[in-house]
Formats: sequence, C-alpha cells, structure tokens
Amino acid sequence: MGLLDKEFADTNIVISTTDDVLNWARLSSLWQVSFGLACCAIEMMATSASHYDFDRFGVIPRPSPRQADVIIISGTVTLKMATRIKRLYEQMPDPKYVISMGSCSNCGGPYWEHGYHVLKGVDRVIPVDVYVPGCPPRPEALLEGLLKLQEKIRNESMVRKSK
Amino acid sequence: MKNAEEIFQILKNKFQDSVLEFKTDQPTEPIIIVQALEIDKICSFLSSEDELQFNSLVNLSGVDEIKENKLSVYYHLESTIHRHKILLKISTSREKPEVPSVVEVWQGANWHEREAYDMFGIIFLNHPDLRRILMPYDWEAGYPLRKDYENPEYYQGMKVPY
Repeated sequence: MGLLDKEFADTNIVISTTDDVLNWARLSSLWQVSFGLACCAIEMMATSASHYDFDRFGVIPRPSPRQADVIIISGTVTLKMATRIKRLYEQMPDPKYVISMGSCSNCGGPYWEHGYHVLKGVDRVIPVDVYVPGCPPRPEALLEGLLKLQEKIRNESMVRKSK
Repeated sequence: MKNAEEIFQILKNKFQDSVLEFKTDQPTEPIIIVQALEIDKICSFLSSEDELQFNSLVNLSGVDEIKENKLSVYYHLESTIHRHKILLKISTSREKPEVPSVVEVWQGANWHEREAYDMFGIIFLNHPDLRRILMPYDWEAGYPLRKDYENPEYYQGMKVPY
C-alpha cells in the first residue's frame, strides 16, 4: 500500500497550507480563451489535439473570456487586432495570465521593421507572464511555456494577496 | 482564342484614342495601356463582346510608380470560354487618383478595388462600398504601400515603430 493510500485510510486528513491547495487547484485547470491569430494558432490547436493533449494539464479552450484563466496570444498581433485583444483581456476575471506565443507576439517577429500594420510585441498592450520563443514554436515549446506558468502560479499567494 | 495583339487591334478599332499603347518590351506578358477614365467602358465591352467574352477578372492590383509621379492599376483578365488572357493597365495622377470602378462588370472586383484603395488611395468612382478593407477604419496615417508613406509614431496610444 502506498503512502497516500495509507494516510487516507488512517485519518482522512491531509495537512497543507491554504495557499498550496488553492494554487494546486488553480494551476491544474487553466482554461484558455478559445482564440487564435495566425500560424501559431495551428500549433496551439495541435497542442490541444490528442497527440500532445493539452487537457492532461487541465487546459481546455473556453470560448468566453469571462470564464477563462489564461489567454494564449498565438500569432501576429496587428494594430487592428491589438485593441480587440486588450478588450478580451479586460473581460477576463482575475487572476488572469497571458502566454505570448511565438516571435510575432513576443516582439513583432519578421515584421519588426517593415510591418506597418503589426504591433511590435503584445506586451505593449497587455502584461505578459510567459514568452514562448519560436516561429512558430513546436507544441513541446508551448507545453514548456505552460509548465513555466504553472510554476509561477505555484509560487504565488492568493491569501497574502487578498490582505 | 485570340492573342493579345489581336485583342489590342479589336480594342483600337472600337475605342481608338482611348487605347494608348501595346507594350511588349518586357519579360512579362504584353500590356495593353488604356485611358484611365475609359476603363469601365472597355471592360464592359471586353466582357460582353461575343468573340472576347472575358468573364473572369483574375487579379486587380495597384502599383505606385513614383518616378513617373503616377499611380497605376493592372487588370489581369481571362476568358474561360475562349481560353485567352490579357493584361490591361491604366495610370492616373498621384494628386487626384480617380479611376472608374469595374464592379458593375465583375463583382469580384469589389474587394480588389477596396484593397487598392486601402493600400494606395486610388479612388474608384461608382464603387458601391469604398471603405478600407485591411487597415483599421480609423487609420489616418495614409496609404501604406505608397513609396513615400511613413508610419506614424502612435496609433490609438500604441507605439508603432519597433
């Protein structure tokens, strides 16, 4: 019999901190805004599909910003789209997180000089938690980005924050 | 099926002075240059004449020819009935770039003309819905594919240059 089974059998009590329990719950079901911009979105969809299975980390696409925890900026952010992205972000409830996926949304990517219509980095309109490099990043890279975000959430404190 | 030169002759006989030049001195297919303000009538003739029947506008694109101080529009036409193709060109001034729309002849010209308007500021007269198509509707910095275009510092509070 494993350790966990034995502890539950004896007392049914697990001792932990409130922060750890809340953070564990939050980082284990990060719902992402169902939303994609360019070719990075194709990789993001591949990450969600069965082979890479984003759902094993609790990530499912939620087609409403009001019930989502994370927004993955997957692709080129045009100036026309930037205002809409800002609105989507503002519609998300706190705590909310942003993963910037790929060179375009990190810094403008190949459009950095002559892209008259491209915002040179989504961090000019919304705060970014994790930058995933690549053009486009492979699904493994996006998974790594998500793990980094989970690590960040694990070290946060909801309890202390609310004081 | 007719070649470009035969089609040029037909146009020349019909429209005379409005058909300017038959240009062959380049690696592309021959170009038939016509008067800008006559393009709608010429296109309507090309599409309806029995021996021509250009039923498809393959492409319509704007070009900024800044050295000649002109804005041009190229029309790639094809007849899927007679299997022949031509390339039409018109030029207009940069100060007052006005060209009649060919949406009446080919519905597909609608978005192509909106794009040429969006990128080069070419005004298509009698276009049913001449708005920007790619850039934001409130874009005030000009027409991005003009050679003398300069990007603004800010758009809606967002810094534009890198």
